[in-house]
Amino acid sequence: MVALSQERLVSSAASPARRSPPPGRDRLFRLASLGSALLVLIVLAGILGSMIYGGLPAFREFGLGFITSSVWNVNEDQYGAWVAIVGTLSTALIALVIGVPLSLGIAIFLTQLCPPWLKRPVATTIELLAAVPSIIYGMWGLFVFAPLFANYVQIPVSNIVEGMPIVGTILYARTPSGVGILTAGIILAIMIIPFIASIARDILDQIPSVLRESAYGIGCTTWEVVRNVLLPQAGVSIIGAIMLGLGRALGETMAVTFVVGNANRLSGSIFDPGSTIASRIANEFNEAIGLQLNALMALGCILFLVTFAVLVLARLLVSRVKVG
Amino acid sequence: MDTALPARVAPTTVAPAPWGRVRRSRHVANQALKIICTLFTILGATVLGWILLMLLYEGIGGLSPAVFTETTPGPGSQGGGIANALVGSLILTFLGIVVATPVGVLAGTYLAEYGKASKLAEIIRFVNDILLAAPSILIGLFVYMLMVQPMGGYSGWAGGVALAIIAVPVIVRTTEDMLRLVPGSLREAGAALGAPMSTVIIHISWKAARAGMVTGILLATARIAGETAPLLFTALNNNFWFNPTLMGGVSNLPVMIFQFALSPYENWRELAWAGALIITMSILALSVVARLLLRKDKAR
Repeated sequence: MVALSQERLVSSAASPARRSPPPGRDRLFRLASLGSALLVLIVLAGILGSMIYGGLPAFREFGLGFITSSVWNVNEDQYGAWVAIVGTLSTALIALVIGVPLSLGIAIFLTQLCPPWLKRPVATTIELLAAVPSIIYGMWGLFVFAPLFANYVQIPVSNIVEGMPIVGTILYARTPSGVGILTAGIILAIMIIPFIASIARDILDQIPSVLRESAYGIGCTTWEVVRNVLLPQAGVSIIGAIMLGLGRALGETMAVTFVVGNANRLSGSIFDPGSTIASRIANEFNEAIGLQLNALMALGCILFLVTFAVLVLARLLVSRVKVG
Repeated sequence: MDTALPARVAPTTVAPAPWGRVRRSRHVANQALKIICTLFTILGATVLGWILLMLLYEGIGGLSPAVFTETTPGPGSQGGGIANALVGSLILTFLGIVVATPVGVLAGTYLAEYGKASKLAEIIRFVNDILLAAPSILIGLFVYMLMVQPMGGYSGWAGGVALAIIAVPVIVRTTEDMLRLVPGSLREAGAALGAPMSTVIIHISWKAARAGMVTGILLATARIAGETAPLLFTALNNNFWFNPTLMGGVSNLPVMIFQFALSPYENWRELAWAGALIITMSILALSVVARLLLRKDKAR
């Protein structure tokens, strides 16, 4: 044994010196990868920093009134974020109300109902919805969906609800052009489906099949298995997936800019045009100077903080199940 | 016993319904779930199909050789193509990926090979996931403050950096995931031969995870190729061949589509549709190829 190892040592020492990496390369590589990883942190800090720096003059000028004021007047240099904030929240909320049931339905179909041979093509189709550029959704929404929506939903519904209390306000279109808050919400709903559905599918797939099988074994129907076994098991992380979709919906820009109508007024009706933070930035930033630029930056700052909070919450909720 | 059981049970069940011994309400709820879920899935697939059909219907008519050879027409002028926008988009996407790939791969390597479960790695992973879903328009604003304002004007470089910032988190994520699939015994075998850590990573881990990492880079390319919002304030767009130094506005497909689609000129809108068709088909093809690549590797 001793002889053997000695012989090896000798042979390795005797062999011509192999190409060994230059000293220091190991450390350099380690530092480079650490540096790249830290760059990720720096970028996030940089985004936050630049938003605060750019938005500060506007915050200073208007104080808290910037958030609560609904005036956005370029000529008089008066800016308030309220209309855009309401638009952002309401479109995102509509997107969730429509998108979440659809996404969960698709996830349940993919994990519980779909025949195995169909699984892959269907999953790929849904995932490809996420690959379509958002500007294409905008074009589809504006040129294809909005006219149909105006003719077959806005006009008939407006005729029915006209004059009714509450409903008559919320669902009445003064100018049934097809674009507006609700249209933006519907387009956003379609855009967040692939994100929520694919995470929900992964979560459902992770649930041990023993649980499912034992539920089927005592005679549960598919609905009962989903309702009483899978959903409680998935629980919080499904909410995390939904929050992730919400984060997407809040910050989506191009598609919304096409279909939201870009009106700067507060309306009680979801059929009326409005604007979101992202759409306002996209529309005005290139022509903005002075205080308007700062106000748009401040809008960006608000959007960043809101999406950041939502995404942090989402990440915490999704990861909890993976650990537990 | 076996034969006695059914006999004893039988009297308690009153005439089984045609669908078995399931109460009607349960049966209805179950069928409703199945039908609704299937319908939702069909709806999702329909939307994709509808969008593709729309692009084909509107875009194919506009496709002609001129589209690929002529520059974008000015307001009110006839004809024209989108050659400058196509080339600009290719350059910007290429620039973005060239910047993002080393950073993303190295950062992903750090997370999978060095950081692992350390606190710093956990934080970076967390932040990376947030960047992955961060609104792209904010990244445009950030790069505007970072590069456009200090450099005194729009540039292709700023556009490339904005796209790179969007691509990095995608690459970091896939690189880490793929490296984690490489069995530890492979690394140990390398280390046992006396290879330093960097050699083990480059020659063993990266090699084993190569297909997955390439998929990540392809997916990142697909992601940034259609991004519009971050280019609005960085690369801008214009109707001419851009300056070879990439300073000043660099024409690119997404912003061109945005501007032309909403314009009053017939030929502009036609070009927007042609551009939309080209860009969507390329991105979808890239995504499908990336998926196939990964599947082939997994099968092996």
